[in-house]
Amino acid sequence: MAELLVEMTGISKSFPGVHALDDCRFELHPGEVHALVGENGAGKSTLMKILAGIYRRDAGTIRFKGQEVEIASPRAAQDLGISIIHQELNLMGHLTVAQNIFIGREPRGAAPFLLDEKTLNAKARELFETLHLKLDPRARVSSLAVAQQQMVEIAKALSFSSAVLIMDEPTAALTDTEIDELFRIIRHLRDQGKGIVHISHRLEELKQISNRITVMRDGRFIATVNTADAEIQQIISMMVGRTVFEATPELPEQRDPNVVLEVKGLNLGRQVRDISFSLHRGEILGIAGLVGAGRTEVVRAIFAADRPESGQVTINGKQVVIHGPSDAVHHGIAYLSEDRKRYGLALGMDVELNTVLASLRRFANGFGWVRTGATRKQALEQVQALAIKTPSIRQRVKNLSGGNQQKVVIAKWLTADTDILIFDEPTRGIDVGAKSEIYRLLNDLAKQGKSIIMISSELPEVLRMSHRILVMCEGRITGELSSAEATQEKIMTLATQREAVAAA
Amino acid sequence: MQTTSAPARSRAQSLLAGESIQRLLALAALVILLVFFSIVVPHFASTNNYIDILTATAVNGVLATGVTFVIITGGIDLSVGTGMTFTSVVMGIVSVNMGLPLPLGLLAALAAGALVGVINGALIAKAKLPPFIATLGMLYVTLGMAQVISDVHPIYFDQEPAFQQFFMAKPVVGIPNIVWVMLGGAAVAWILLNKTILGRYTFALGSNEEATRLSGVNVDRWKIIVYAVDGLFIGLAGIVIASRMNSAQPGLGMGYELDAIAAAVIGGTSLSGGEGSVVGTIIGAFLISTLRIGLSVAGIPDQWKSVITGLVVIGAVWLDILRRRSRA
Repeated sequence: MAELLVEMTGISKSFPGVHALDDCRFELHPGEVHALVGENGAGKSTLMKILAGIYRRDAGTIRFKGQEVEIASPRAAQDLGISIIHQELNLMGHLTVAQNIFIGREPRGAAPFLLDEKTLNAKARELFETLHLKLDPRARVSSLAVAQQQMVEIAKALSFSSAVLIMDEPTAALTDTEIDELFRIIRHLRDQGKGIVHISHRLEELKQISNRITVMRDGRFIATVNTADAEIQQIISMMVGRTVFEATPELPEQRDPNVVLEVKGLNLGRQVRDISFSLHRGEILGIAGLVGAGRTEVVRAIFAADRPESGQVTINGKQVVIHGPSDAVHHGIAYLSEDRKRYGLALGMDVELNTVLASLRRFANGFGWVRTGATRKQALEQVQALAIKTPSIRQRVKNLSGGNQQKVVIAKWLTADTDILIFDEPTRGIDVGAKSEIYRLLNDLAKQGKSIIMISSELPEVLRMSHRILVMCEGRITGELSSAEATQEKIMTLATQREAVAAA
Repeated sequence: MQTTSAPARSRAQSLLAGESIQRLLALAALVILLVFFSIVVPHFASTNNYIDILTATAVNGVLATGVTFVIITGGIDLSVGTGMTFTSVVMGIVSVNMGLPLPLGLLAALAAGALVGVINGALIAKAKLPPFIATLGMLYVTLGMAQVISDVHPIYFDQEPAFQQFFMAKPVVGIPNIVWVMLGGAAVAWILLNKTILGRYTFALGSNEEATRLSGVNVDRWKIIVYAVDGLFIGLAGIVIASRMNSAQPGLGMGYELDAIAAAVIGGTSLSGGEGSVVGTIIGAFLISTLRIGLSVAGIPDQWKSVITGLVVIGAVWLDILRRRSRA
């Protein structure tokens, strides 16, 4: 029996106010791809960050290749032979690709403190060739698309020739082709005898690539199963601790012919070109397309987060002029942005403040004094209504899991009495259990008469959730599909219909 | 199923929108300013005047070069002005009061500067003080210490004529040596910033400190080193200003830090970190001197000189922000 590469036992870790890990264990064999799954907040990232030297454990032991070790810093982990690719990109935007990859290990020139850029770029090129990556070593990382930036992270982690490679949601921003390529690389590394930990929410992918799957829940180790023997449903049950129906929540019937929002001839640069569409009351309108098609740009233009160059917006039959987001909110439009941590929440503030953030004036008297009794009541109501998992409304939002953070954003916009809700990638970075809850929430909102625009890059999600689907490509709407006629293939065809766009 | 990504910008596009533009803009502004003053202001276009401008830039040029490093890491150093005074006083004590040979005095100035830098760096990296606060505190400390060790008396270098003779001599085209010292310092700084590990980490820290830390780089240690390098330039500035005055003046210094930071910012160094250049900073320093002297020769009173300088700084940074926004 092969010696264990990594053996973690009895690992516990607490952060102020949060008990993150409780008596966890994890093992990794050489030559294995070991998946680590669990809802957001289950502790998978925390456990792996301890292995990677980013956090120090409070209790427990770690054995590496049979020896008990102390992993005191990221450097120590690297020296041992443990590399990690983070979920959030950790790159220096102002530096080039090659400079990022070899930071801390720069090839030296004539004197030990002098840099040798030529060798640096050559080494990077070599690395890319081995990995079949198309990257320019001298490109500034900030000029790259997110998917390419992720490739840089992957190349960097792989350049350490480590024995253990930890990957935290590596496929989030990758295309299918890139994912295939990544898996090829992973299998190759596995065959070389490396141990790979693969953290992901994408259970179907894990079935393809992993040998074993470990499930965590609420900071505890639940079980390790052989991938071949496990059913996805079974894994999900272990993750959430209850059976979750695979079936989609019923899409509420949408019969209301009233058009609440009409957009005509919206233009903004190359990303928003002559966009026209309408939204009915109680409807969920999905917007699908490739990353970069201009979907976010369209809704930002409607919301006036970016001023459009031309176009008309009509709300409930009346044409309106929206100069900026405060106008948009005044007219009842809410925008739940793609990156909720950056644009949707004041992370350092508590649930209560975030809930009333878009409607503070309502909770203040004439002199600007905030009525905390009223804000508290509102926050408590929303927490109950949306089933937000938080120890209290005083909890800092940054300590909540992704799904619950998203619910706080929704609470904020519901408190602001908005009727037109624009969701941009509503379930990104949210685990299976919480996703269902968000879907249910969206359906409830539609039933209540709210009108929803939902941008999503997950085709199954778009198909399940939308009454109608608009597809965009390079700034234009290339097609509209009803929920009955839509299929993944039809959407993809419209999403890549560049000839029509070029001809237009 | 997932979706493909749009193509990233070409390298040409990135280059064009890059930092080099800000440097070019600063250079263009300098040239325009020189031409403008030459035409509009009588007596401006003279060799003596140009030499005055060069000489006036010497001190600020050195300070600004040092502070550039710190700003690129995303920090700031408010203590460079009074720190400079402190190092000049230390040099005075060593060379004059203690009567030690001049080279030792020069070394003492550099060492004193490095010490100030290390203390700043340690406060920021280890005690986790925000750079603004740490260096503000050191501003007062060095101001006070300069006065303490000099007993609030200026120290004259009359006994060491070699000192001023060397630095203020004008062997080349009538330009005082301190200008070459400044340019030489800038050249060393350029090498450090662009060709060494120190420079690479300076940019890395400013671009994304957390990512740099997670990459295994000892962020604390390198921060201290960057501030120490800044400190060396503070020491060099102390030497330069002492040679100009032929004395160490403990009452001087406060206010120089603003010119230094202004020069760096005009030259394209971003206060949010990750971007900056020595060339840009030197151009920025020349711009400020040209502006000041041009306005002087034109007979503009001091009060208005201040206002105009301030407006130029605001204008330069605003232009930079507009330019960044359009490139994003």
